[in-house]
Amino acid sequence: MTILLPLVVAGVLAVLPALGAHVTAGRWFFGVLFPYFALVVFLAGVTLRVLKWAKAPVPFRIPTTCGQQQSLSWIKSSRLDNPHDTVGTIGRMALEVLFFRSLFRNTRVELQAGPRLGYGSAKWLWAGGLAFHYSFLVIILRHLRYFTEPVPRFVGWVQSLDGFLEVGVPPVMITSVVLVGAVGFLFLRRVWSPQLRYLSLPADYFPLFLILAIGASGLLLRHVVRTDIVGVKTHMLGVLSFHPALVDGLHGLFYTHLFLVCALFAYFPFSKLMHLAGVFLSPTRNLANNNRRVRHVNPWNYPVTVHTYEEYEDEFRDKMKAAGIPVEKE
Amino acid sequence: MSNAQRLSADPKPDEMDFYDPQTVSQVDYTPPAAGWMATKPDFRPGTWIYPGKAKHLEYLGMANPRDWSPADEDWKLPENWKEILLNGIKERLEKYRSFQLFMDLCVRCGACADKCHFFIGGGDPKNMPVLRAELLRSVYRNDFTTAGKLLGKWAGGRELTVDVVKEWFYYFFQCTECRRCSVYCPYGIDTAEITMMGRELLNLLGLNVNWIIEPVANCFRTGNHLGIQPHGLKDTLEFFAEDIAEVTGIELEIPLNKKGADILFVTPSGDFLAEPGVYTCMGYLMLFHELGLNYTWSTYASEGGNFGLFTSHETLKRLNAKIYAEAKRLGVKWILGGECGHMWRVLHQYMDTMNGPADFLEVPVSPITGTRFEHAASTKMVHIVEFTADLIRHNKLKLNPSINDGLRVTWHDSCNPARAMGILEEPRSVLRNVCNNFFEMPPQTIREHTFCCGGGAGLGTDEFMEMRLRGGLPRGNAVRYVQDKFGVNRLACMCAIDRATLTTVCDFWAPGVQVTGLHELVANALVMEGQKERELNLRLEPLEDLAGGDEVTSGE
Repeated sequence: MTILLPLVVAGVLAVLPALGAHVTAGRWFFGVLFPYFALVVFLAGVTLRVLKWAKAPVPFRIPTTCGQQQSLSWIKSSRLDNPHDTVGTIGRMALEVLFFRSLFRNTRVELQAGPRLGYGSAKWLWAGGLAFHYSFLVIILRHLRYFTEPVPRFVGWVQSLDGFLEVGVPPVMITSVVLVGAVGFLFLRRVWSPQLRYLSLPADYFPLFLILAIGASGLLLRHVVRTDIVGVKTHMLGVLSFHPALVDGLHGLFYTHLFLVCALFAYFPFSKLMHLAGVFLSPTRNLANNNRRVRHVNPWNYPVTVHTYEEYEDEFRDKMKAAGIPVEKE
Repeated sequence: MSNAQRLSADPKPDEMDFYDPQTVSQVDYTPPAAGWMATKPDFRPGTWIYPGKAKHLEYLGMANPRDWSPADEDWKLPENWKEILLNGIKERLEKYRSFQLFMDLCVRCGACADKCHFFIGGGDPKNMPVLRAELLRSVYRNDFTTAGKLLGKWAGGRELTVDVVKEWFYYFFQCTECRRCSVYCPYGIDTAEITMMGRELLNLLGLNVNWIIEPVANCFRTGNHLGIQPHGLKDTLEFFAEDIAEVTGIELEIPLNKKGADILFVTPSGDFLAEPGVYTCMGYLMLFHELGLNYTWSTYASEGGNFGLFTSHETLKRLNAKIYAEAKRLGVKWILGGECGHMWRVLHQYMDTMNGPADFLEVPVSPITGTRFEHAASTKMVHIVEFTADLIRHNKLKLNPSINDGLRVTWHDSCNPARAMGILEEPRSVLRNVCNNFFEMPPQTIREHTFCCGGGAGLGTDEFMEMRLRGGLPRGNAVRYVQDKFGVNRLACMCAIDRATLTTVCDFWAPGVQVTGLHELVANALVMEGQKERELNLRLEPLEDLAGGDEVTSGE
């Protein structure tokens, strides 16, 4: 059920708009109303969630240090894995966000007879994750040509670079294939590994299915259905300029594709996908390890009951005196 | 206690000999057929720790003091336990961004799964860091998120029940807060943070373990975890001085609670009592004597470690307050800290924030080398290994490393100094100067990748023996590797808990390897002014017997 339920939900979400597109009201709903709704939910949801995180204070400076600290002048510190200043911390965050530094460290452990533990390199998750995120990014950039007039020049460059293999007419975009492949990999490893399957929730499968459906519908639109691209752009520009109008003759699959993307956006703020924003706030990564050099202030620090020296000496004074340990009060 | 002494005809689950390496290392990693929410923990002896005694909770003014046992059906929780917990979660979500983020961020990618020593050595899926956190996250989702309130189980939520609380107790006291998983997490989710919150919440109901609460109560009253009273501490240190005189022929002074000293020295109390930590403690005495350091020990702040860290942030602060208070009372210039693991998590990441600013102290300057320890400019506390590394760098110590030639040494990076501080090269630089045979363990098991001893965060007690041995497997196995390959017979480390628990881990997984503190090696190699010719090491073992390198099974 953990896998089946999200699969069914994603399937229903994909079929509904294709059916709904047969009637005018359906086209209005899936092509215009829901995109507005999704955009509002996405923007408001993400903002509120980030504000909620930002509102919670960071009482302690708790970086996870992954290299040599900065201490004595003759010992070289690890600037990026254990930063001691802002520049280093920005570097560490850049490596984390752009190249998934931590995941790159991943190892695989195997318990062999003996016993003997063997450690192997395990870069597949890193590679799959990187492939997935970057192809998604490129695809989003490519799609800007449907939302902008005139189309920014770099969109054209991205487009031609992505299709440089020139296989098929229109040419197959590398990132489309990579995206579907990477999502497929992420799904398969989740099902394949007994541990991962055991800990996975419906919320782990749902976005995978949703993105897979988005990728599949997009590929079909481009290569099989060959929908009216000019019509799509007219529609999207209308929506974005707040003068929505229905364009006749758009294929039902277009409404499916658009609706699934909007569903992903609307789902985003309530899901684990919020790691996109959250990673920037993670206190084990975004703080410099300069704890002993610069005092970190806890805004809610409060006084606590302690056992004072006076109380201590009162209890042990006689014993201290007998042992010749100096005391405050004779 | 040595292996032989512990042998008995009928070993119990709290004795090492109850277990055998071949059986323990047959780990079944297959998850149960039923889902994790439907699987209850198995409270078998050897996997959980005796509960905190009522008298200690009363002394500390902590919640719900009573006699109870995890083995009983009824844990005698307060009537409104659920309300207490839910309010406790709410309060902490608002006070700690880390907690709020770590509840929301996880994508369950599984990168952390095989990074936990308890999972590697035990196979229990709930010891995968991700699932340990899910124990708490599932309740968070159910009661604190819209999706969870609407969809419940389908959104990964589950209701908070007494069984969930029992599960928390079992697994949050099966985490050593070593932060290894956090190194690999793409969002830096730190299970130590989750476990700390989990334990704080459990403490609201009076659920804790005696191995932690008794030291906390002791420390609050007497100044140290072991409950050593002032005169007792004096006796202990004088006893060390006698042994030192036997080894070196030198009589040394023990400054206690001395006003006008330049430096206050604070170290974990474990090294006052337990072998082999005591030898490290002797090492400090010898080093300070040789330097002619104007320093003092304190009986009031006689504990560097802080089991409050394993209880709650408030308890942590209550115990830690003594260090600055005592530095102020004695009028010292700065503070020097001994070899310890979690102690340095506290001193480095919490002390200044909690009990600072230490504006009554000066920026630490080594009176011997003149080095200004700028990196400790605010906290005013320097790690002894930083201090010694600086001395050696400036040629201020006369060392005879060949005295340690009988030892073939490997270095264990302790979790907190490695992953909450990054003191990696300083000890290595000291080590290379005090012994001639130093061999590293495999790279996946040292530095930021280092493995826990299996007994950190207040879990180093004998009734937890099965889990300690399981959790000690990765470390023990890496030691075994260098033992077989390089003939390593000594595991050096700079953590008092390590010195106590790794001894058992080595006896079990790499028999023949003994554990040592870094300053034990320093003191053995230290050529002191006016010393007699060294015939014994600090363990009072004749050097002649060691020179041949006993227990060396293969050379390089």
